[in-house]
Amino acid sequence: MTPFVRHEGRVAALPRVNVDTDQIVPKQFLKRIERTGFAPVLFHDWRYRADGSLDPAFELNRPAAAGATVLLAGANFGCGSSREHAVWALSEYGFRVVIAESFADIFYANCCQNGLLAVRLVPGEMRELFARHARAAGDYDVVVDLEAQTVVDDAGFRATFSIAPYHREMLLRGLDEIGRTLLEEAHIATYERTRETGNGKGESW
Amino acid sequence: MTARTLFAKVWDSHVVHRLPDGPELLYVDLHLVHEVTSPQAFEGLRLAGRGVRRPELTVATVDHNVPTDDRTRPIADTLAARQVGALTANAREFGIELFDLASPRQGIVHVIGPELGLTQPGMVIVCGDSHTSTHGAFGALAFGIGTSEVEHVLATQCLVVMRPKTMEVRFEGAPAPGVTAKDLILALIGRIGTAGATGHVIEYTGAAIRGLSVEGRMTVCNMSIEAGARAGMIAPDDRTFDYLQGRPRAPAGERFTRAVARWRRLCTDDGAAYDSRITLDAASLGPQVTWGTNPGMVADITGRVPDPAGIAIAAEREAVERALAYMDLRPGTPLEGLAIDRVFLGSCTNARIEDLRSAAGVVRGRRVAERVRALVVPGSQQVKAQAEAEGLDRVFREAGFEWRNSGCSMCLGMNPDILASGERCAATSNRNFEGRQGRGGRTHLMSPAMAAAAGIAGHLVDIRRWT
Repeated sequence: MTPFVRHEGRVAALPRVNVDTDQIVPKQFLKRIERTGFAPVLFHDWRYRADGSLDPAFELNRPAAAGATVLLAGANFGCGSSREHAVWALSEYGFRVVIAESFADIFYANCCQNGLLAVRLVPGEMRELFARHARAAGDYDVVVDLEAQTVVDDAGFRATFSIAPYHREMLLRGLDEIGRTLLEEAHIATYERTRETGNGKGESW
Repeated sequence: MTARTLFAKVWDSHVVHRLPDGPELLYVDLHLVHEVTSPQAFEGLRLAGRGVRRPELTVATVDHNVPTDDRTRPIADTLAARQVGALTANAREFGIELFDLASPRQGIVHVIGPELGLTQPGMVIVCGDSHTSTHGAFGALAFGIGTSEVEHVLATQCLVVMRPKTMEVRFEGAPAPGVTAKDLILALIGRIGTAGATGHVIEYTGAAIRGLSVEGRMTVCNMSIEAGARAGMIAPDDRTFDYLQGRPRAPAGERFTRAVARWRRLCTDDGAAYDSRITLDAASLGPQVTWGTNPGMVADITGRVPDPAGIAIAAEREAVERALAYMDLRPGTPLEGLAIDRVFLGSCTNARIEDLRSAAGVVRGRRVAERVRALVVPGSQQVKAQAEAEGLDRVFREAGFEWRNSGCSMCLGMNPDILASGERCAATSNRNFEGRQGRGGRTHLMSPAMAAAAGIAGHLVDIRRWT
């Protein structure tokens, strides 16, 4: 996994609440058996008209959003289906950070697994970011610093965010979580022995 | 010992190790696998030279993208065929049991787990599918995970998880005739919203829950994720044990008796504290129907399409405006009487035998309305066989319904069963998201009896006044 330490990038805004993973990657594109190839279908049904042409009204299709790497989103982003394809698509499209008031649990976990930083800010800070993005007509960049746990722009905006230390460490170092867990082999083996004999924790309730 | 919740009892008994900085390493008793969210996980194992730690605790089936019509022919969709083929090859390579298209046990993963007796009280169960919450109906802790976590469980039989919070959802009173498990859960989501339980495991309690069959409890737990919850749970009782007894993979004989004695302790102790609680009066609820593009956009069948102009919060107002435009609905329109084009009876939410019986009771001796196309997709091949043994297939066919093989089908439309743009569907599934059942398709979620009645009438009806 690519480590995430600090990122400066162009902001795209998608001010809609409850964006579900069916919108991020519609089901007709879940048949791939690879982790790649999802960028072209990100937000497919919003991004493209029924005839396959780009819909110029969709937020990510606006000229100022070209090359965006930071997505500002509405509350409860990533709700619904557990499909990790949603995170693969956002990453492959170029996003390194999604900032929202809240995220669905499985989506958040999937972000952590793929080095996509999901930043939670309070409603007032989100409103301010959306407003600054709108005032700049989309010509707007921010710096997201995971070490300092801050989001700043060059015009005085500054917000701090919280993240579980475990996730922060995983992202900062780009850790392979399976490798990390396998270091606990002795604990797993002990648990399995007690579980197997029926005398273990499995009956402790 | 201090008083603990049902959730805490299951969680605590599965903690392998507490990791530094918060999360816990949780042991997984049952890992369910399907074709759509697993190929990249198996590929990851191969690339890293890792194996599956406990193949005997891992069970696979094909459900999401499979055709539900003729099974004697190869899958026509080459991408779907490749994905099914990948699971077949992976199951063989890693020694995992697979219920494939030829198996009489094939079905939707969340239907076959309980049906086989694989799902048992007190277990931790995971699957790369958000509706894994279904299995919580047995007093298991069951939740959906992403593909990277699928790979993690395959490799380690464990998962790194932050301990979630707990929420008690109590349904008091007895629901009126015609008001089902589906209506209870839709009403809850309408009340607390699609993020109302984010970060929480819900425990459902109260007389209305105790009064539900195990199948109804599965319907309730199934849609916990639509309220944002990590999982839903219900303490097991005699109904649960009766359901499990004699199932192929449930303990048998003396082992079953001992298991039941253990399972009986799986309840929330008096005085145990939840992080939050909410109470709903089941007796006051009518049948529920969604009008919008998420399951929280729901109303009583006697209600009307809401007017966004009355919503003070801008983000919510815009969401409703957007939903009404997508659904082609005007504010103030009564839900009852809304014309439909399609009926979908299926999904891990409502395609078990009781659901089919309930719907068949409504359609028996009648015909689907002329312009309506209606589909019944049993939740598993076992459900299909049981329904056929009871003659339900004839009831549906004679009424003009198509009778299919099992799979996820039109719940998510990964297979050829999809809505055309602009079509309006009465569906027993779990998500009414934009495009979920087909681009431009408009989904109204409801109970099996309500969907069946809508198919006969050609429009949404109040099942309480159905004669």
